[in-house]
Amino acid sequence: MRNRTKMILLFILVIISILLYGFYDIKGGFDYAFPRRMIRVAAMVITGVAISYATVVFQTITHNRILTPSVIGIGSMYEVVQTLIYFFAGSMSIWVINKYLNFGAAITAMIVFALLLYRYLFRPDKYPIYLLLLIGMVIGTLLGSFVTFLQVLIDPVEYLGLQSQLFASFTKVKAELLYIALGILLIAFLYGYFIMKKLDVMSLGRENAINLGINYDRMVMNTLILSSVLIATSTALVGSITFFGLIVANLSYQFFVTYKHSTLILGASLFSIVALVGGQFLVEHVLELRTTISVIINFVGGIYFIYLLLKESRAAA
Amino acid sequence: MIEIKELTKRYGKKTVVEDVSVNIEPGTITSFIGPNGAGKSTLLSMVSRLLNADTGEVLLDKNNVKKWKSNDLAKRVSILRQSNFINVRLTIRELVAFGRYPYSKGRLTAEDEQFVDQALEYMNLIDMQNQFLDELSGGQKQRAFIAMVIAQDTDYILLDEPLNNLDMKHSVQIMKILRKLVNELGRTVVIVLHDINFASVYSDRIVAMKDGKLVKNGTTNEIINSDTLREIYDMNIPIQEQNGCRICVYFNSHT
Repeated sequence: MRNRTKMILLFILVIISILLYGFYDIKGGFDYAFPRRMIRVAAMVITGVAISYATVVFQTITHNRILTPSVIGIGSMYEVVQTLIYFFAGSMSIWVINKYLNFGAAITAMIVFALLLYRYLFRPDKYPIYLLLLIGMVIGTLLGSFVTFLQVLIDPVEYLGLQSQLFASFTKVKAELLYIALGILLIAFLYGYFIMKKLDVMSLGRENAINLGINYDRMVMNTLILSSVLIATSTALVGSITFFGLIVANLSYQFFVTYKHSTLILGASLFSIVALVGGQFLVEHVLELRTTISVIINFVGGIYFIYLLLKESRAAA
Repeated sequence: MIEIKELTKRYGKKTVVEDVSVNIEPGTITSFIGPNGAGKSTLLSMVSRLLNADTGEVLLDKNNVKKWKSNDLAKRVSILRQSNFINVRLTIRELVAFGRYPYSKGRLTAEDEQFVDQALEYMNLIDMQNQFLDELSGGQKQRAFIAMVIAQDTDYILLDEPLNNLDMKHSVQIMKILRKLVNELGRTVVIVLHDINFASVYSDRIVAMKDGKLVKNGTTNEIINSDTLREIYDMNIPIQEQNGCRICVYFNSHT
């Protein structure tokens, strides 16, 4: 099967899952339910594409297919911001009730965190990128422990509110935030579109890429910032589901055997839309909201992750 | 012309390359030789901007390499390092086509395809051009990478130990191709070699290094003689003439 045919098949699958989710079992007011479902679909498409893009480019510059941008600790930063808000201001404060403020605070904190990390710790001319990843992991763990510490001290009722804030969910997405997120992502994608071919060259490794005229170290920096912005936006919108990027990116590598990022990223994005919309359909109509989609993602993703690890270790042996 | 001026590179307190100045003559094969840890590869990396020098500069056509636009430089100078691990699945032809990136930015024109065809033919890879790199032997892979550099169509080709892991037949094949590139197409080849006999038979000029310093720089005949070689390798190396080539017989030498 040629890659174009595969892509068309995948696209048809996307349409089917969206139609199924949009029209299945609409009882009562169509005018009430349908627009709400479409907002969720829009949120899933936006976050799915953002996470796919961020993960594929992140894996290209780190030359690794098991890492995701979350190892840098951006997800932990989101938890820190929300926990601090609940801890100091409380669930009735304007920082929680006003969704714009909450969204703005979270996204700013995550992007500033990523920029500081890159600005002060990352010197691609001096240290390999793995040092950055290690430092990112250490800081992420530190932030995670800090969050747990605050959560132990917090009022149990407040904690329930915080917990629902931290769980990734598409059902609580606000339409107004969607437009802001879409705006940020469109700018990021526009830049992402122009560097697509450069990413192809960068997958040949640093030395070959420099030989072919790529300003490698600067491109690594730009790409890291780009993927951080994408992850921050999608996390602020629906919560942290970065693990998900690992699954769809690897599915795309396996399904489309190519080096072309245009194909890989589009493929991963379509996979992610099918998985999110299909998963949400299962959660809402089969499991009747007895669980959340992030639980399903972590369950399926965890199994796939173990499979990948076994496969890689066998390839290395 | 490439002029290397007073290049120095340090890692911490260790000086790897110290105050080396060499001019690379256009239209020649220049070999860098010397014992392990002499700084040959480091020097080549600095010349090709893979590594920043601590002090000193590299000039291409009188302009500092750092001032060149990266893409313009990629049309003049190409570099191939010894380890080329790639974790994407590529066919030989796709890899060679990457050599045209500085010109076409990934959208190959008919002219680019022609360059790719020529490079494949030059390296005898036409028949296997659609095979994947991870299915090839070390020698075939090395040839594919050299084909990429040929497709890049640069005046200067820098190669870091391209004969590593190759058997005699393939080593000779590659050295002959490099000779052809210089003689027929007027390219300039700079190459790091471990085997001094390949350096002796195929190169026009030799740059000898030791402990990060330049020992001697001259024509092949100026370097390949027992006195100079003793200075470089601390070994007594007798030399025999064979069909006009100087062969170093170092295998049972005593220091």
